[in-house]
Amino acid sequence: MTFDEKTLRSVIAEVVKEMAGQAAPAAAAPAPAAQLAAGKMTLTEQGDAPKGAAPDEVVIGLAPAFGVYQKETIIHQPHDKVLREIIAGIEEEGLKWRVVRVYRTSDVCFIAHDAAEYSGSGVGIGIQSKGTTVIHQKDLPPLSNLELFSQAPLIEMDTFRQIGKNAAKYAKGEAPTPVPVRNDQMARPTYQAIAALLHIKETEHVDNDKRPQAVSVSFQ
Amino acid sequence: MKSKRFEVLANRPVNKDGYVKEWPEVGLIAMNSPFDPTPSIKIENGRVTELDGKCRADFDMLDTFIADHAIRLENAEKAMALDSLEIARKIVDINVTRQEILDITLSITPAKLTEVVGKMTIVEIMMGMTKMRARLMPANQCHVTNVKDNPVQIAADAAEAGVRGFAEMETTVGIARYAPFNAIAIMVGAQVGRPGVMTQCALEEATELLLGMRGFTTYAETISVYGTEPVFMDGDDTPYSKAFLASCYASRGLKMRFTSGTGSEVQMGYAEGKSMLYLEARCLAVTKGAGVQGTQNGSVSCVGVPAAVPGGIRAIAAENLIAMLLDLESTTSNDQTFTHSDLRRVARSVPQFFSGTDYICSGYSATPNYDNMFAGSNWDAEDYDDWNIIQRDMKIDGGLQPVREDDVLKARNKAARALQGLFRELGLPPITDAEVEAATYANGSNDMPDRNVNEDLKAIEDMMARNVTGVDFVKALDKAGFPDVAQNIYNMLRQKVAGDYLHTASIFGDNFHVLSAVNAPNDYHGPMTGYQISEERWKQISDIPNAIRPEDI
Repeated sequence: MTFDEKTLRSVIAEVVKEMAGQAAPAAAAPAPAAQLAAGKMTLTEQGDAPKGAAPDEVVIGLAPAFGVYQKETIIHQPHDKVLREIIAGIEEEGLKWRVVRVYRTSDVCFIAHDAAEYSGSGVGIGIQSKGTTVIHQKDLPPLSNLELFSQAPLIEMDTFRQIGKNAAKYAKGEAPTPVPVRNDQMARPTYQAIAALLHIKETEHVDNDKRPQAVSVSFQ
Repeated sequence: MKSKRFEVLANRPVNKDGYVKEWPEVGLIAMNSPFDPTPSIKIENGRVTELDGKCRADFDMLDTFIADHAIRLENAEKAMALDSLEIARKIVDINVTRQEILDITLSITPAKLTEVVGKMTIVEIMMGMTKMRARLMPANQCHVTNVKDNPVQIAADAAEAGVRGFAEMETTVGIARYAPFNAIAIMVGAQVGRPGVMTQCALEEATELLLGMRGFTTYAETISVYGTEPVFMDGDDTPYSKAFLASCYASRGLKMRFTSGTGSEVQMGYAEGKSMLYLEARCLAVTKGAGVQGTQNGSVSCVGVPAAVPGGIRAIAAENLIAMLLDLESTTSNDQTFTHSDLRRVARSVPQFFSGTDYICSGYSATPNYDNMFAGSNWDAEDYDDWNIIQRDMKIDGGLQPVREDDVLKARNKAARALQGLFRELGLPPITDAEVEAATYANGSNDMPDRNVNEDLKAIEDMMARNVTGVDFVKALDKAGFPDVAQNIYNMLRQKVAGDYLHTASIFGDNFHVLSAVNAPNDYHGPMTGYQISEERWKQISDIPNAIRPEDI
C-alpha cells in the first residue's frame, strides 16, 4: 500500500493526540484488561460509550473480535491499517471520528446501526473482523443501509479510505456517489466457508448484555 | 526441489476453491454430527410432549411449531419405533411403494429423518430421489436477469429459455426499483417462448407479494425459513409469520414455495452446534407444517459452506431427498456458483440431474454468468449445449432440448417487439428498434445499448401509482397487435382463479394443462416404471443439429 503525505500527517497527528489523551488515565489506574495490541495498534476500552452530540462526527463500530481476537480481514489486510484508512478518509473530509466496540451482535448491519445511533451526526460505520463493512444512518431500518460492502474478499485498502470519506460526506449532508461495489462470482467458491469460520469466531465474543464500549485507539 | 507435478496440481481450478476441516461443536459439519439429537417422540392426549430428546417445557418456537403442525401423530409412535436403517432400506427397495414410505416419513421427527438419510450412500440417495420425487416427469427452472436490468434483453432471454424448455423462470434486480419492469419483461418473454411458463421476481417479501397480487408474476419462491430460533429472529420472523405469508399467496391463487438450505445457520453464526443437515430437516418440517406445497432447497446461496466440508455435496442431495420424503415439491438448487472446477460443478449436479427432480435447477442461468444477478449459477447459457449433450449421452430428461438458431432468433425478436408494443400502449419510455435488434442477437448485456435509467425509474413509479395490473398488460398487448401473447398472459391470470396449479409440483403442459403430483404422480417402482421418455421426446432430446447423418457420407 502507499501513503501520501496527507495521510501520513493525519496519522501522525492522530497518534500524537491519542498518546497525549491517554497518558493520564493509564497512569492513574491499572491498565484495563481490554487493552490489547493489534499489530501496530492499541485499542483501549473505556467503559460505556456516550451518545455523541457533535454533528461533525462519524462513529466507527467495531465487531466484537476486531483487532483483538482477530487481527486481519479475510484477505489478510491488517486491522490497524484498515482502521487507519477509514479514519484517514473521515479526516480528509474534515470531520471528527470516534470508535466504539459493539458487543450485543456480530451482524454488521446492526453494528453499523448502533454506531450510527451513537454518532452525533447520525452516520456510523460498522465493520466486522473479516472486513465486511456498512455505512449506516440512524433513521434507516437496521437491515437497510446507506452503503453495503458485502463481499469482504473484494475490499481493498483504497475502498476502506473511500468508505471513510463517503461516511463523512453523508454526515455533512452531502449525497456522495456510492463507492463502486465490486462483484466476483468466484468469491463464493474461494471464501464462503472461510467467511463462515471467521464469523463463528466473531460471534463467540458476542455479549448480549454489554452496551457499546468507548474505545481509544493508538497506532504505533 | 519442488515437484513439477505438485506445481501443476496446485494451479488446477479445484485448488482455487476454499476448504475447511469439520468443527462439529459449532455446527461446521455437513451431516452425522455427534451432537445431533437422538430421535424421540412422546405423545400424551394427542399432543407431542417430547420431540427429539426435548420436553415441551424446553421447546423453542421451531420445536413448538413442528410438534403442533408438522408430524402426523396417528402413526407417529409406530413409525418412530422402526429402525432408521430399516426405513432407509425401504426407501431403496422397489417393492415398497412411494405411498408406503410416505406413511412412515410423514410421521417421523426431523432428527429421525436426518438419521434415516444418514444411512444412505449417494447412489442410494439418488435411487430414493427417483422414487420419491412428487411429479412423474422432471422439469427445470431458469434465472433471467442482467446487470443493466435491461427489460428488452430480459424479454428476449426469457423467450429463448421458453423455446429451450424451462417450465419456470425467475428474475431479480440490480436496482430494486426496476422490479416491475423486470417482472413484466420476463412474463411477456416467457409467454412468447412457450405458453404456460410460470414466472416470478425475487424481491424483498412485501414487494414480491404485491407484484404477485397485481398480476405481474405467477409464483413465488424466495420465502426463507431457518433451522434455529436466533437466525429466524435476525430476520424479524417466526415460523408463524412465514405461514401467514404463505396463506396470503394462497388466498390470491399464487403458487409459492419456501426456501431453505444447509449452511445458512452456520453462515450466520447460530447453528447451536447441530449439523447442517439436521437444521435443514427442521426447516423442511416447518415448511410442511405451514402447509406449503414445496421447497427450494439444496443449500442454495450458502453452497460454499457445505461444499467446503467433507461429505457436503452428499448432504445437499440428502436434504433434497428429505424434502421428497415429506411429499414436498422439490426444487433442487444447482443454481449458485460454488467452484472454479468444471468437473466439480458437474459432479455436484449429477444426483438431481440423473435422478430427475421436480425442478432440477432453481435456476439455471439463461444468460452468461456475468449477467446473473443471483451471483452466478452452477450452469449458464454458455453451457446449454453441454447440458443437452449430457441428456443425450445418458438418455435422461433434464427438462431442456436442443434448438435451432432460427427458432430462437424468431422468438427473441417477437418477445422484444411485444414488449416494445406493450410499453408504447402503456405510455412507458419507448423501446427503440435498435434495442429490439440488439436484444434479438445478444448473448449478454455487453451487447445491449444503455437505457435512460432515471427515465425508466420515473415511469415505473408513475405506472405503479396508476394501479396498473396484469389485465392492463393483456389489453396493451392485444392493442399492440400481439393477440396471441395477450391471450397467453390472460390464460395465466385465469389460472389463479382456477387454482389447479396450486397443487404440489405443478407445471403447465400443452394448452395450459396443469401437470402436478395430483394428476401426474410419480409411480416409480423399478425398471420400466415411473417416467419413461417417449419416442417423440427422445427424438427431441437426441436430435442435435451438429450430428453427422451417416447417409450424408
